[in-house]
Amino acid sequence: MRNSVLYTIEKGELDKLIGILHRDGYTVVGPTVRDGAIGYEAIESVQQLPIGWTDEQAPGHYRLKRRDDDLYFGHVVGPQSIKKFFFPPKQRLFGIRREGENDYVFEATQPEPPRYAFVGVRACDLAAVRVQDRVFNDVMPDPYYAKARSQAVFIGVNCAEPGGTCFCTSMDTGPRCTQGFDIALTELKSTFTVEVGSDKGRKLLEALEHKTTDANTKHLVDLMMQSAAEHMGRSLNTDGLPEMLLNNLQHPHWDEVAKRCMDCANCTLSCPTCFCSNVEDKTDLTGDHAERWRTWGSCFTLEFSYHTGGYNRSSTAARYRQWLTHKLASWHEQFGTSGCVGCGRCITWCPVGIDITKEANAITDDVKRFRAEQERQRAEEVGS
Amino acid sequence: MVRDNKPKLAVYKFSSCDGCQLSILDLEDELLALTGAVEIAFFLEARRKVQPGPYDIGLVEGSISTPEEAERIVQVRKECKYLVTIGACATSGGIQALKNWADVEEYKRVVYASPQYIQTLETASPIAAYVLVDFELRGCPVNKYQLVEVITALVAGRRPQIPTYPVCLECKREGNVCVMVTEGTPCLGPITQAGCGALCPTYGRGCYACFGPSESSSTEALCTHCEKTGTDKPTIVRMLRSFNGYLEPFKQVGDEYERQVGNQ
Repeated sequence: MRNSVLYTIEKGELDKLIGILHRDGYTVVGPTVRDGAIGYEAIESVQQLPIGWTDEQAPGHYRLKRRDDDLYFGHVVGPQSIKKFFFPPKQRLFGIRREGENDYVFEATQPEPPRYAFVGVRACDLAAVRVQDRVFNDVMPDPYYAKARSQAVFIGVNCAEPGGTCFCTSMDTGPRCTQGFDIALTELKSTFTVEVGSDKGRKLLEALEHKTTDANTKHLVDLMMQSAAEHMGRSLNTDGLPEMLLNNLQHPHWDEVAKRCMDCANCTLSCPTCFCSNVEDKTDLTGDHAERWRTWGSCFTLEFSYHTGGYNRSSTAARYRQWLTHKLASWHEQFGTSGCVGCGRCITWCPVGIDITKEANAITDDVKRFRAEQERQRAEEVGS
Repeated sequence: MVRDNKPKLAVYKFSSCDGCQLSILDLEDELLALTGAVEIAFFLEARRKVQPGPYDIGLVEGSISTPEEAERIVQVRKECKYLVTIGACATSGGIQALKNWADVEEYKRVVYASPQYIQTLETASPIAAYVLVDFELRGCPVNKYQLVEVITALVAGRRPQIPTYPVCLECKREGNVCVMVTEGTPCLGPITQAGCGALCPTYGRGCYACFGPSESSSTEALCTHCEKTGTDKPTIVRMLRSFNGYLEPFKQVGDEYERQVGNQ
């Protein structure tokens, strides 16, 4: 039960809200159907939302399905998060031009980011933005990220029907939006309830026809959230997980995963918190221009760990272990939080369906079994 | 900057379709810059005028499929400071390397009216099987921007920035939705070297691996998954044996699947 004031708006008001955001100069980004999936793209009106669509998700499996109602947000998260809007997949950092024989001119750096308004962002993705903030914004701000982030508007949506690979409850990030939003919506049959999360959000609400939500509806929303939390497609045992993983770096299960893993990097590229990049300097044929580019990288590539002396993670097992232990264990030391928000993308979008929850739980369960067996033997020895 | 004493470029053709050479001519926007940076000294597909060697950069298209080619490549190596193979044929043997699994004598009898005039080797092989190669550029055909990058790097005296990681990285940077996950389409992207900009998946098709195996190419893992999800073994053999079937680990895994088909 959440003790915040809820307001109710008719569904038609959402289109008005999108209109207001456009009028205020925002690039409105929302979920929309493209190439067999529901992803975040720039949208003009509610008509582009995936009305009446849902997504069936399982390890390595995603299918669009028709719903028997016309909910706007009757789906969960798609192939990519909103990460790409703050941390673009390919970005020119700067250019250099030769002037005369011995002079160089630095050319303008990154472009001005658009003012984004994200509509329909889930609690897990809002949590992911807070995780990425620690990398790109908190210590040494990345200028593009910091600017795009500070001027963005977040219209969250609470999840009533978690997907087959969702486990936000395990990571304590959802299914309800609790922070990082300007407005959070819960979709009902013909209305939305609205929770205000910031002054920006309050101003937007005030521009819409709204009333205070009655106690029965408020209770209904609570029940929906409770039910969603109880119906996660996956769960991850996080109790003592960082120590468990870091103390079992030689566990045979890493090699077992490596037999299935293709090093294809899809898990890291679909992850809303993975932040690694390649930085490349390019020259052109004339030798008069050079550019520095940053592109999404991945710890699953060989070059990622290349340094003088060679590759320090030359096996698939070592690379998978690096990714999983960073995400679930050493991220805590580095950033004071888990790197995983439980969105389930790495499970759905792994072409061969490797499941982070299953692999981590397999190690945890095996170690627990081993310890229990040791205890039993010790007890027997003491007893005899 | 216009250079004096520009490096001399030579372009050679062996057994191939000429598509990679055409990629050079297809460099419309960059051609002037290219001729500004290098002297195109030998390029029969583009001009009749030939300047004598030696050359600074030799680009080699095609595989070694005939006794004459096996001799000529040795001469080519001698006259080039840097030898760069361009495309699948020159780098892996190409599609014609399918003959490496076939009875060449039988093909000669069936295809040609007078097979006694046909001079061909038992195998179609990559250039590197015959001479030392300084750099291998993948693709069927090569990506023209990668080609420019290799020439630029050689002219500038730096290492070419040609990634060896899988197509999936380019595919996700393009914002594509995975065709394996949404459609169950077998896609060789996860085990294939990037460079094409994820061309096929961008148009909703699975990758055909025309850039050959990626750095760690977990070919077995992908094939095991394809088999589990309904692709039969003969199809897997055909998937692996296309443009780069003679490169490892495609060859080894393809051969293993063929053995299994034979044993069934």
